[in-house]
Amino acid sequence: MDSVATFLNGFLPEGLTTLIVIMIKIVAILLPLILAVAYTTFAERKIIGYMQVRMGPNRVGPKGWLQPIADVVKLMFKEIISPTKASTVVFFIAPMLALAPALAVWSVIPFWDGGVLADVDAGLLLILAVTSLDVFGIILAGWASNSKYAILSSLRVGAQVVSYEIAMGFALVGVLMAAGSMNLSEIVRAQEGGIFSWFAWPLFGLLVVFFIAGVAETNRAPFDVAEGESEIVAGFHVEYSGMAFALFFLAEYASMILVSVLTALLFLGGWLSPFGHALDDVPVLGSVLGDGFHWLFIKSFFFLFCYLWFRATFPRYRYDQIMRLGWKILIPVTLVWIFAEGVAIAFGWKPWL
Amino acid sequence: MIRNIKHFIKSFTLFDLLQGLGVTGKYFFKRKITIQYPEQKTPMSPRFRGHHALRRYPNGQERCIACKLCEAVCPALAIDIESEERADGTRRTTKYEIDFFKCIYCGFCEEVCPVDAIVETHIFEYHYEERGGNLISKQELLAFGDKHETEIAKRKAADAPYR
Repeated sequence: MDSVATFLNGFLPEGLTTLIVIMIKIVAILLPLILAVAYTTFAERKIIGYMQVRMGPNRVGPKGWLQPIADVVKLMFKEIISPTKASTVVFFIAPMLALAPALAVWSVIPFWDGGVLADVDAGLLLILAVTSLDVFGIILAGWASNSKYAILSSLRVGAQVVSYEIAMGFALVGVLMAAGSMNLSEIVRAQEGGIFSWFAWPLFGLLVVFFIAGVAETNRAPFDVAEGESEIVAGFHVEYSGMAFALFFLAEYASMILVSVLTALLFLGGWLSPFGHALDDVPVLGSVLGDGFHWLFIKSFFFLFCYLWFRATFPRYRYDQIMRLGWKILIPVTLVWIFAEGVAIAFGWKPWL
Repeated sequence: MIRNIKHFIKSFTLFDLLQGLGVTGKYFFKRKITIQYPEQKTPMSPRFRGHHALRRYPNGQERCIACKLCEAVCPALAIDIESEERADGTRRTTKYEIDFFKCIYCGFCEEVCPVDAIVETHIFEYHYEERGGNLISKQELLAFGDKHETEIAKRKAADAPYR
């Protein structure tokens, strides 16, 4: 990247060079992300199929590997229909408003040591702030559609996301207390030293709460009342078709991947190897067993798999049960955990160091 | 009291949920039972009821004697028969038409036929490409029977002991 910058500096003004370099980095993050989203949908259909003792898509391309491409092509060629009485401008802004925050958060995610677009010190805060903006797109979509089903669903999403954001925020408080920083790279570095230094052990309860809240936050099964087929058809995106619908889809899956990556970063030491630096000197395998992006990939893949596993296993929660779980169980659990952690820190007893 | 504590521990360790995950996790590795249809097919009974056919005797004489029992028994009124007396004094059909859109493939026509003329074959993969293609004429039925006679005879023979 630096060599590209120096090369461009030769004939371009400094500001423009920075801009171009940042643009290249953005593309380098977003293209693989969108590809990952496409193949998450494929993985979802395959994995849920396997759990239901069937095979899932296997006709398009070798073993079905071109299925997501075919889906994208189909969606692109579909007509985008706007309901007659919809508020057209908001109707088309809403999907973009849902997608933009889901993509913007990736700017502060460190993929490997130093592999981050913006090494912001308040990274955790930024993530909380920007992911909360997601819900605006959904609520506007429900409102602009001028459909009863859509508005009901978007109200449900609004209430659910707001409730679970609190539990999620508290879980994050536990992490930043342990790490002593809100910078994501710093949080990962605080877990240096092998599998037993990860925050997953002392903060196991917060890990569970964070992931459950993350599942609820992204409106995935078993918390997907936003698209209860039997009562409100497809939820807030009933009126959307073609690419406008695809944007919602993209946003949902990007947030899913984000929550998986975040859980891996905050609790499982992100890019850090579970062996610490003990095996760094092993010939040939040293670079594979040492720290690197592949560990983050494996860890986040596990959580992404859990998302699909949950979807294949659990029936949908009733709405009041969702609220009960969020307010009466998850939040008290996190509060107790944070209190215990605070006491431990106050007495200088830090088992994770 | 003990029950409450047990319930508390059970719900907080997510015991039931993990058990559920265990079940789906186990099925994830089970052998898949999907039949890859065009390449693989399930075994088929000799009594399978598919596309109809009219059969002939080995000397080429058509079996159907226009008794119209099939037309009478057909619950969907799909069969339409008209008959005449031929020069040799036999009664034969001039028209034997089955509307495949009406037909429910119950097999009563085959059951009721005194001369085993109308049969339902093992062929179930067929389609029509224009309006009216669902009305299958006598010529088509006879031609279909001629084409698949060996298979029809084989399946009839296989099923005969159980009739």
